[in-house]
Amino acid sequence: MTVSVRIDQASVEATDLPLMSVRSVSKFYGQRIGCADVDFDIWPGEVLAIVGESGSGKTTLLNCISTRLTPTAGTVSYRMRDGEMRDLYGLGEAERRLLLRTDWGFVHQNPADGLRMTVSAGANVGERLMAVGDRHYGKIRATATDWLGRVEIDADRIDDQPRAFSGGMRQRLQIARNLVTAPRLVFMDEPTGGLDVSVQARLLDLLRGLVHDLGLAVIIVTHDLAVARLLSHRMMVMKDGRVIEHGLTDRLLDDPQAPYTQLLVSSILQV
Amino acid sequence: MNAHTQVSNYNFAYLDEQTKRMIRRAILKAIAVPGYQVPFASREMPMPYGWGTGGVQVTASILGPDDVLKVIDQGADDTTNAVSIRKFFQKVAGVETTTSTEDATIIQTRHRIPEAPLQEDQILVYQVPIPEPLRFLEPRETETRKMHALEEYGLMHVKLYEDIAKNGHIATTYAYPVKVEGRYVMDPSPTPKFDNPKMHMSPALQLFGAGREKRIYAVPPHTEVISLDFEDHPFEVQRFDKPCALCGAEQVYLDEVVLDDRGGRMFVCSDTHHCESRQAAGHRGEMSGEVLS
Amino acid sequence: MAPVLIVYGLAKTFTMHLRGGIELPVIVDAAFALEGGKCAVLGGPSGAGKSSILKMLYGNYAVNEGRIEILHRGEMVDLASAAPRRVLEIRRETIGYVSQFLRVVPRVSALDIVAEPLVERGTNRNAAADKARELLSRLNLPERLWALPPATFSGGEQQRVNIARGFITSHPVLLLDEPTASLDATNRAVVVEMIEEKKRAGVALLGIFHDADVRNAVADIVIDVTGFAPDRKAA
Repeated sequence: MTVSVRIDQASVEATDLPLMSVRSVSKFYGQRIGCADVDFDIWPGEVLAIVGESGSGKTTLLNCISTRLTPTAGTVSYRMRDGEMRDLYGLGEAERRLLLRTDWGFVHQNPADGLRMTVSAGANVGERLMAVGDRHYGKIRATATDWLGRVEIDADRIDDQPRAFSGGMRQRLQIARNLVTAPRLVFMDEPTGGLDVSVQARLLDLLRGLVHDLGLAVIIVTHDLAVARLLSHRMMVMKDGRVIEHGLTDRLLDDPQAPYTQLLVSSILQV
Repeated sequence: MNAHTQVSNYNFAYLDEQTKRMIRRAILKAIAVPGYQVPFASREMPMPYGWGTGGVQVTASILGPDDVLKVIDQGADDTTNAVSIRKFFQKVAGVETTTSTEDATIIQTRHRIPEAPLQEDQILVYQVPIPEPLRFLEPRETETRKMHALEEYGLMHVKLYEDIAKNGHIATTYAYPVKVEGRYVMDPSPTPKFDNPKMHMSPALQLFGAGREKRIYAVPPHTEVISLDFEDHPFEVQRFDKPCALCGAEQVYLDEVVLDDRGGRMFVCSDTHHCESRQAAGHRGEMSGEVLS
Repeated sequence: MAPVLIVYGLAKTFTMHLRGGIELPVIVDAAFALEGGKCAVLGGPSGAGKSSILKMLYGNYAVNEGRIEILHRGEMVDLASAAPRRVLEIRRETIGYVSQFLRVVPRVSALDIVAEPLVERGTNRNAAADKARELLSRLNLPERLWALPPATFSGGEQQRVNIARGFITSHPVLLLDEPTASLDATNRAVVVEMIEEKKRAGVALLGIFHDADVRNAVADIVIDVTGFAPDRKAA
């Protein structure tokens, strides 16, 4: 019981305030809607899944809230490490990029988009450390070795380039590269897309453990409801750029309310 | 008809005055922002890219009739590139040339810094093939410019990390990246890293010209130039086991010379002027005076 | 003793949008209360909405009307209208749920699945694993299975993993959805014993038990859900 008391206090202090607040975010491409009027908050340690079919606006939304794409309207604010809530689009370029490579992670669907394919696995993991000023080769390498172990890549592959890795290994390397600076928020765009089912299962299990152990907040875009069920606490269903339904993941999947969510859930293949 | 073949019909130092002004403006800006690559409108020169068109344009723009020019190629005054550039300026500017480091006011170099310490009234002009130190890992120019602007130089250490991971030590021996005055990371052109410490706090003005890439950058006199490294793998210059075989000089950069097809070789000063002056002053190496077959 | 969970005016209707929007009311005006140290059992024929009630109480099904007040962090909180984060917090600290079927996570061993709820609440891994071993051996799950992912286990084996996972925590409220459905007599007796222990520890339990013997053995109160059936109300 003493253990749960300790957790309570920590969670009350750290999680009472949202880490990110998204308000009325819209992105228009001329007349066409990328996403429209999206509102949500995410708290530390929480996993939010954004689901929908291709073209539903989920990736546009992810890009809008991760400063990769400027929204047409709305605000995205983020609680910096000093506790201050800042408008992301009011940040200077230098602050924004610092945030991207320290406090945030971005896991791309295609690992080649998130890795340096022509430098070794160790350097891929170590890059963020060097970017924030680590200048001790031995320590950087030790940290990289530790992280490769955590994503189940053998230590003797540390000097190999990701070009020589399988798809699943590359994806795990990309995850290690992102997590090495202990980010508080990680964006993931279909992280299991394009992988074999068994490789997917391993990756999901790994992500699940890391998210829990590190207390990461994650915003994950996926079209795969099984991935959402396994990883996320909350879920947001999107269609035609709008949020159709938003709530607890298991409630949305077990008792979907909106017609579209019911259709989506009923379309899952049963094994 | 044949008037244009006469050298006297060229403007002094080949380039027209407007071009020289444009280049001087770029040079002034480069001096004002040490290590920053200033774009300039590089001209076609009567020599191919890669032969020092950047250095030649810089030299042409700062050269005056009273200057004394020295040109070296890998430390030598007598190799093709050095000789042809020297002759070029003799022809189009009529300036005095020299092989003596001490006598020169402007020294154009392809990848070495002379062994004799440079002085306050001297200018060293480097020929630069690739000015961008970040290009090895980040090919996008838009991105590397942003990285310079925001001082995001973690990538340079990624390159050094790779070196140590592959070779056990930093194996980069030339074009070794430096940080200038605590701000810009700069590629010192492909000089051997042996020469990097000479750039630090040098009393001479150092100008870098990249003709094909259309960039000029500079290290003003008495400027801090620090070679990048790791705490546990500090920057080190090359060391040579033996002194120069001809003049006996130590702590200088040596070239390997193959003597025969039976593995015979010797190591001699890369800086020919330095070696010759020492020999003239009576210094002798272990192979000096031998007849080379 | 004051109730730890009070339900009133609870109603649930499923709207089947894929079938022309037909509405299927399952529960109307349900009302009951749970006390610590007592096991209440939901009674009634299958299809009467017993499972739906449990799922609403766990926040797994949306509630159309009514309130579910639960004693959480010293005050009564309406779970029916709580924000998702609040529901998760209540699940973490106050209300536990043993489902009918185990949701298998790929690649995770039976032992880790059982220990996970404790680890998530901050218990260190070794202590959680010790407790998990104790429960699994008590439920007679062969030790050679502990390190394996339960995907290939029989129904009864999976169910025992599920029960151990549900019972490992010390939630003050515990919901049981047919936990003994696919168990043999020996293991049913173990579960009955474990329920008795929870009661002695002051836990309020609410269960659905298909098996009459188990039901009779553990039930302090039977809540007849036929009283919450929509057609009856209409009549």
